[in-house]
Amino acid sequence: MKKNWWKILSFLLLAYTVVAGFLLKVPSLPILNETIRNMYFHVCMWFAMMTLFILSVIYSIRYLRNFNHRFDIYASNYAALGCVFGILGYITGVEWVSVTWITDQGQSFASVLKEPKLIGAAIALLVYGAYFVLRGSFTDMDKRSRVSAVYNIFAFAMLFPSIWIIPRLVGSLHPGAPGSESGNPALDKNDMDIGMRAIFYPAVIGWTLLGVWIATLKIRIQLLKDKSLLNA
Amino acid sequence: MKRTFALLKKDILLELRRQHTFYGILLYIASTVFVIYLSLPDSPDGNVWNSLFWVIQLFVCVNTVAKSFLQESKGLMLYYYSIASPIEFITAKLLFNIILMLLMSSVSLLLFYFFLDSPVLNYWRFYGIVLLGGTSISLTFTLMSAIASKAQQNAALIAILGFPVILPQLLLLMRLSKSGFAEVFRDGAVLQLAALIAGLDVLVFTLAVILFPFLWKD
Repeated sequence: MKKNWWKILSFLLLAYTVVAGFLLKVPSLPILNETIRNMYFHVCMWFAMMTLFILSVIYSIRYLRNFNHRFDIYASNYAALGCVFGILGYITGVEWVSVTWITDQGQSFASVLKEPKLIGAAIALLVYGAYFVLRGSFTDMDKRSRVSAVYNIFAFAMLFPSIWIIPRLVGSLHPGAPGSESGNPALDKNDMDIGMRAIFYPAVIGWTLLGVWIATLKIRIQLLKDKSLLNA
Repeated sequence: MKRTFALLKKDILLELRRQHTFYGILLYIASTVFVIYLSLPDSPDGNVWNSLFWVIQLFVCVNTVAKSFLQESKGLMLYYYSIASPIEFITAKLLFNIILMLLMSSVSLLLFYFFLDSPVLNYWRFYGIVLLGGTSISLTFTLMSAIASKAQQNAALIAILGFPVILPQLLLLMRLSKSGFAEVFRDGAVLQLAALIAGLDVLVFTLAVILFPFLWKD
């Protein structure tokens, strides 16, 4: 029970997010209207994804320090779940785009989607796709863990600075672009109504904890499967 | 340091002796540009020219840099292992690939000027950007080649691994190279972008030196 408090917290926060997120009052803005409630879901997916990818890299580094197979399992499962959250972030984003950015003037998706923030997210997903292709191309287990850890660290160190830099250089429709007074779409307190913040911050924590929770379950299954290898 | 240069000299000598690969790449560049020349309308728009140029750079790099690790046999690697440290080895490889790529970039730029009406106004600046870009691309792909050489179906893997990682830098480069055309930038923005790309190069170099020892021992 002592170790499980964060799982209960995650459940409570998410229950609060869903109930309060759909029922409480939100500021009514033109175009956005009620879709602003997507904020509690769409943005949180990216926070969860970032957290999971960061955890994955940390375990890759730890793997390279002492070549413990356990850490490789951690790293790959956190990366896998990060991808799931990235895809969910995309889906919620596309839904949002289809009712806000795409208006009745007949733009195509392709013309709207060339957004620096979307490019960044797409690159992150591509990188982790490549990470799994790389993992799949090995038969030797030690080699696979070692080489994929190297790629994971390199890709992360290259990508994430650029994900944080490029959107700040180029204008975009996405909230948080230069010109909208803030550099960050989610953390600037001037961008959000206080009532929304009271739901948004717990939602971020709740979704992130949920992501970590699912990942730890997957890790435990994998550890049981590889039990004979780990003890050898 | 001395051994790094010895290894670098070995690579250059090898390239000079086995000229067929070198000319092979030159022919590859020439024929690619020729295909583009035939398939494009007579004077392509600046943006089209720019993006084609950088995409070609990317593929040229995949083809030149790829063989830097793929051509080394297992026995030869074992020999290097006994005479040099991984840091010396990777530094030599990185330097050699930069030199090779700068040469190839210059050649393809010349061919682009020759075959496709260039929208470039400021030639020297654009050439500088091309050199900077060639360096960035070759640094990243050297490490990707080292990673891919450990896996089985490696030639295709280089592109799969490298393209997403190089994308941010490539986007920055395409943006920066527009300053060689008519586009006017805000004061200092050009330098800022160039410094950003150079900073990423330093990051790649450092990471390569830190991470390569883990790929090295089998």
